[in-house]
Amino acid sequence: MKLLASPAVRVGLSISIATGLYGVSFGALSVTSGLNFWQTMALSLLLFSGGSQFAFIGVVAGGGSGLAAMSAATLLGMRNGIYGMQLNALLHPTGWRKYVAAQLTIDESTATSTGQTDPDEQLRGFWAAGIGIYVLWNLFTAVGAVAGAGLGDPKQWGLDGAAVAAFLALLWPRLRGREPVAIAVVCALATVLAVPFVPAGVPILIAAVVAAVIGWFSHGRSDEGLEPDVDPYAQHHHGHQRAGGHHGAGPTKAGA
Amino acid sequence: MSLWIWLLLACGLAYAWKLVGYFVPAGLLKNPRMSRVAGTMTIGLLASLTVVNAVASGQSLAADARLGALAAAAVALAFRAPFLVVVLIGAGVAAVLRLMGWN
Repeated sequence: MKLLASPAVRVGLSISIATGLYGVSFGALSVTSGLNFWQTMALSLLLFSGGSQFAFIGVVAGGGSGLAAMSAATLLGMRNGIYGMQLNALLHPTGWRKYVAAQLTIDESTATSTGQTDPDEQLRGFWAAGIGIYVLWNLFTAVGAVAGAGLGDPKQWGLDGAAVAAFLALLWPRLRGREPVAIAVVCALATVLAVPFVPAGVPILIAAVVAAVIGWFSHGRSDEGLEPDVDPYAQHHHGHQRAGGHHGAGPTKAGA
Repeated sequence: MSLWIWLLLACGLAYAWKLVGYFVPAGLLKNPRMSRVAGTMTIGLLASLTVVNAVASGQSLAADARLGALAAAAVALAFRAPFLVVVLIGAGVAAVLRLMGWN
């Protein structure tokens, strides 16, 4: 088949499987944090942005309000607006395609597209990864939600530990170099200090404000923190970096 | 019921962010500050969510099996384990520590 001969499509499909699979963990953690099956599916179908979805259920699981959950998810979704600008300049979608492309604009589809140099390949990579991840992410969310609902006491299965691991795994690929580590440490400290004094969920928003202030006033890489959770090119070009220096011993990416 | 409202609002706002990118004039893309803030906020929020899920218990701090999950996940990530494996290790370590009596 001709499409499969495209390197971008092949990368797009392998990233779809790698990313789609971890929809299982989202589905399971979502139902055990108190959302029902359809609320879980609504997040994957409509919100469709892994980090924001995990943020929403993470705040709910910690006893935070719906408003705090919505705020954390929304602040985490800001980077998709930046990706939208990049992709619009790169792919120029028109008419209805613009609205569909917007929904598929996430870390991995952006990274698959921008990792190609040929404009046709950039286009194919975006759609292959975007559609592939969307389909598999929702399929595996449903599988995880059904499985999670049958688990009984989530603590007995260590699912609260799974949530901690999931957030660290989302953070990890973004800790390239000293500065992002410093930002993470400062925000973690701000969170711990805030927990006893404000309602659940609010410490996360305080950390977001701290991070935003740092970003506004400091001058570092402009794409810092915009690494995908799963790097589509991790296996293909070792040490692939979209910008900035090479950190050989730095944190790794989940393998595609 | 009210969780549904916040949830659907979050979905609407997430799509709004995505769509905004496709409709703002290209010139705005040149402002590196916006992408810096988007990036540092991503790091800060994920770091904060990690910590909250590891040590917060309502409005108090607790050292329990989740700390073991955090440490195990960090080791797994350092060894380049894929996402799903890291999550399973986090769950396994928390469950085992609890079985051993560390809540």
